[in-house]
Amino acid sequence: MAIMSFIFVFFFFSSLQPILSLYEDQVGLMDWHQQYIGKVKQAVFHTHKTGRKRVVASTEQNIIATLDLRRGEIFWRHVLGPNDVVDGIDIALGKYVITLSSGGSILRAWNLPDGQMVWESSLHGPKHSKPLLLTRNLIIEKDNVLIVFSNGRLNAVSCIDGEVLWKKDFEEESLEVQQVIQPPGSGFIYVVGFAASSQFEMYKINAKNGELLKHESTAFSGRFTGEVSLVSSETVVALDSTGSILLTISFHNGKISSQQTPVSNLLEDSPGLAVIIHPSVTGIFAIKTDAATIFIRVIGEGKLEVVEKTNHETVVSDALSISEGQQAFALVQHAGSSIHLTVKPAHDWDSNLLKESIKMDQQRGFVHKVFINNYIRTDRSHGFRALIVMEDHSLLLLQQGAIVWSREDGLASIIDVTTSELPVEKAGVSVAKVELNLFEWLKGHVLKLKGTLMLATPEDIAAIQHMRLKSSEKSKMTRDHNGFRKLLIALTRAGKLFALHTGDGRIVWSHLLQSPHKSESCRQPIVLNLYQWLVPHHHALDENPSVLVVGRCGPSSDALGVLSLVDSYTGKEFSSLSLVHSVAQVIPLPYTDSTEQRLHLLIDADKHAHLYPKTPEAIDSFQSEFSNVYWYSVDDDNGIIKGYALKTKCGSNVADEFCFDSRELWSIVLPSESEKIITTATRKLNEAVHTQAKLIADQDVMYKYISSNLLFVATVAPKASGEIGSVTPEESWLVVYLIDTVTGRVLHRMTHHGSQGPVQAVLSENWVVYHYFNLRAHRYEMSVIEIYDQSRADNKDVWKLVVGNHNLTSPVSSYSRAEVITKSQSYFFTHSLKAIAVTLTVKGITSKQLLIGTIGDQVLALDKRFLDPRRPVNPTQAEREEGIIPLTDSLPIIPQSYITHSLRVEGLQSIITVAAKLESTTLVFAHGLDLFFTHYAPSRTYDSLTEDFSYALLLITIVALVAAIFVTWILSQRKELQDRWR
Amino acid sequence: MEKGKGIMGSGGRWAVDFSDNSTAPPSRDIPDPPGFTRASVDQDDSTVSRQKKDAESNWKAQKAWEVAQAPFKNLLMMGFMMWMAGNTVHLFSIGITFSALWQPISALQGVGKVFEPYKDNKVDLLGPKLLFIALNLGGLALGVWKLNTLGLLPTHASDWVSSLPPAQEVEYSGGGIPL
Repeated sequence: MAIMSFIFVFFFFSSLQPILSLYEDQVGLMDWHQQYIGKVKQAVFHTHKTGRKRVVASTEQNIIATLDLRRGEIFWRHVLGPNDVVDGIDIALGKYVITLSSGGSILRAWNLPDGQMVWESSLHGPKHSKPLLLTRNLIIEKDNVLIVFSNGRLNAVSCIDGEVLWKKDFEEESLEVQQVIQPPGSGFIYVVGFAASSQFEMYKINAKNGELLKHESTAFSGRFTGEVSLVSSETVVALDSTGSILLTISFHNGKISSQQTPVSNLLEDSPGLAVIIHPSVTGIFAIKTDAATIFIRVIGEGKLEVVEKTNHETVVSDALSISEGQQAFALVQHAGSSIHLTVKPAHDWDSNLLKESIKMDQQRGFVHKVFINNYIRTDRSHGFRALIVMEDHSLLLLQQGAIVWSREDGLASIIDVTTSELPVEKAGVSVAKVELNLFEWLKGHVLKLKGTLMLATPEDIAAIQHMRLKSSEKSKMTRDHNGFRKLLIALTRAGKLFALHTGDGRIVWSHLLQSPHKSESCRQPIVLNLYQWLVPHHHALDENPSVLVVGRCGPSSDALGVLSLVDSYTGKEFSSLSLVHSVAQVIPLPYTDSTEQRLHLLIDADKHAHLYPKTPEAIDSFQSEFSNVYWYSVDDDNGIIKGYALKTKCGSNVADEFCFDSRELWSIVLPSESEKIITTATRKLNEAVHTQAKLIADQDVMYKYISSNLLFVATVAPKASGEIGSVTPEESWLVVYLIDTVTGRVLHRMTHHGSQGPVQAVLSENWVVYHYFNLRAHRYEMSVIEIYDQSRADNKDVWKLVVGNHNLTSPVSSYSRAEVITKSQSYFFTHSLKAIAVTLTVKGITSKQLLIGTIGDQVLALDKRFLDPRRPVNPTQAEREEGIIPLTDSLPIIPQSYITHSLRVEGLQSIITVAAKLESTTLVFAHGLDLFFTHYAPSRTYDSLTEDFSYALLLITIVALVAAIFVTWILSQRKELQDRWR
Repeated sequence: MEKGKGIMGSGGRWAVDFSDNSTAPPSRDIPDPPGFTRASVDQDDSTVSRQKKDAESNWKAQKAWEVAQAPFKNLLMMGFMMWMAGNTVHLFSIGITFSALWQPISALQGVGKVFEPYKDNKVDLLGPKLLFIALNLGGLALGVWKLNTLGLLPTHASDWVSSLPPAQEVEYSGGGIPL
């Protein structure tokens, strides 16, 4: 008995933590990982020496990266924190990448070849100001020096070790320094700026020691706007605040002289408000108005001359020194489906160093930025390469009239993701580019068999691994049996839709949402969210699935909405609507019209509900469910949660049968002095729940309270809404609510004293798991609340259940006020969290695991059984049988259960789980700056053979057995015959 | 070879008849031994055979009762084994339980066969048969009880609701923090 129970306990514990890790050769079979850097803000080329040519880029996602100039691959990359915005980058001494970040207060040097940090200095000053970084070849006592102006202080920093050699404060309260200029070859620095917006100030500083040599100022009648443009080392051009007068200020030899030129003098037609678009090309600057871009040359003493006026979208690069005293710059203009790249010398507008026309994909939109670099051709002439940043945040390198490489860096800022099935495989239609022929198939299996029988040579093993990784099976463009092949449709911040194949992560199609551009009324369109519009089902199987993109014209919440419908197979936008109302909320309804289009309710800022699609069938199917549709809104600023029902048609002024008024049903007002809403969570719409009963020890049963109308709300004390550690435990608390959103009933409320946000929560089935910081214990905690329906608990009569005489499956209403009980428990957890999700399977039978996005940008799987509120210290035999784990105070982190294995998903934002058709498997997609996709089986793949199962071996075994049977049969026949003859 | 075939071919199978023909008069060729009178044997024959038959039927009845009681021992042994097997579901306990179920069932199927040798006009087999059936039913009950303690019988509410889908909801509500 004792031995048996020992064996049992042994098996129990060995089955407790199924081995979820991968073998080394399984990496890359199911998963893929893509690295991006985001929208490039500034780029510096490094092509001087013979080594590998590279470009250093800083991006809007606070990344510093160096890219291979040949292929666009990342050499190294550093992700700075979300508050550590990169202000400027440069290359110093040919081997250091210098970055200025955090509003000019942190200066770092990175080693160019490998990206290691060489030094870091923090620069503080008396006040906040515009950060400026200057790296000319300034040498003080054999020391290369960086001039940095930040926080109201001018610093000279040594390149070698980051030591501040001298500093000079500019403490004048209203002074806004615009430019720091170091005329080449001189020993002094000009600091120019505006004081009180109307006074031009010029300081001349000794570059050797920071001594103030001269200070001049001139007052102007008008006010200045921000930018000044440097047209020569001693002349700047500024624009006044009305945008109509150009000021040319020169401070030659410390004397300030200025000239005012009205913009209207330069242009005949009134251009409206102008802005200076590009500084720092010697002798030339550009202003941009609504209609046109105007290039102006400065001749002599403040004389201005228009050199070109263009109505095209034009982008100008920085000036590039190509030889002694000669500068060049690039212009990029759009013309139809191609772009024109022109490189001009700065001194001669009319001549071109380079003029190229490059065919450009329409789906990339306009050029946003251009950076140029030159190289010497074999015939000693200058060649140019240009790095351009497009509207969709993609990065392209142009050289010799062709696109050398392109990077889809828009994928670094995904807003929303949904999935779509692939087309069904049809006979006779070859969808895979490379269909394997029989011989290759056989060869592959023979190789695999060799591997299984350990007969393979190292080359064979490499071939097998290559075959497994590049299997055309996983990247086919058709639906598969297990539902592993899907399209991931991602919406990026730039307003572009990407369809990624789950097999290998390649981009199947991409589509830049054009519709907002066409309309004049919609100036600054932003995209908000992505919804599934049509999922082919019963009687619409031949239709292509489609997605709905919801956007709005401008950042304010009452801006008008924009809808786009995009075909998921082709990426064609087949319909786009400019709405006449705003979009505050989008509620996908669980009903479809006759063509399987899903009904959506769009709630506008005035709380009118608009039904889409606007078809008579839609309204017909909606009418029957009209009285059962409710909606709620969470006002996190004021701490009010309100629930609404729909009334009949909109008021008299809007004659629209698809518009409904809302009637307020309930409201929960949280006391604003003690609670502030920080997080809400709801159940996923498409989550399948297999059963409503939870079997517990001794064959008892508990009924889960399963409702899709459950809302989890977490609030903290307003004082404690800041960073961790800003308040004492006594001042801080965390309150969690479970609210029924139909009736507004608070099902459960719990207070965690001495705890603080940020809270990450996930709600699934009848439980919610949330993560927060416990100030008293100085540790992170995860809590679980499970909610059970007590009013069903008396359904225990077996005979009634046998004959089906019960009401457990009859439809329930939230108004029936089920009596609920909750169970909860808290556990310590080591990591802080970036995201949390739960695995999702097609029928909900497989046990659940939590997917935790850790602070280290990895995804960790944690069995839900660890977060069970019923874990006792000493489980009884029956409880052990049920699978309850003995109580521990903290949750274990099992290194093998990192599903991202050795990879990191930099800047992890969210984890998306999608059910495959195979019940055991969840598809997991994690995105941030990087993308990561894998298959994950929470209880291992119990319903299919593993990928490395050798069918050939099985087949051969069967054949061999059959042959053996025949042979032995024949032999025995012969033997018997001989025996008889004896 | 040839020889063997010849022998087999002639097919001479032979048998010895061990039937007791002592009562039958021997063949006239051989005279009775001196002092043996056949008549006296013939005289006692009927009483002796009656006695013999009585003894035999008694013996048969006794044997039938014994056979009928045999499952009782089995029952005890089964009970002991079940107790040994414990209440958890694993190979040993399942094997024992199924053998405990199978044995009585197979025994019940073969009730007639078990009592076949003791069939006699004079022997009343109803009693032993009933006892046999009752004991086997007892064994069966023990097996079923064991099955139940192992939790393999759907006698609990949990067995009937474990795959019950969640109830449909009448209302639908959506929303959240405004976009």
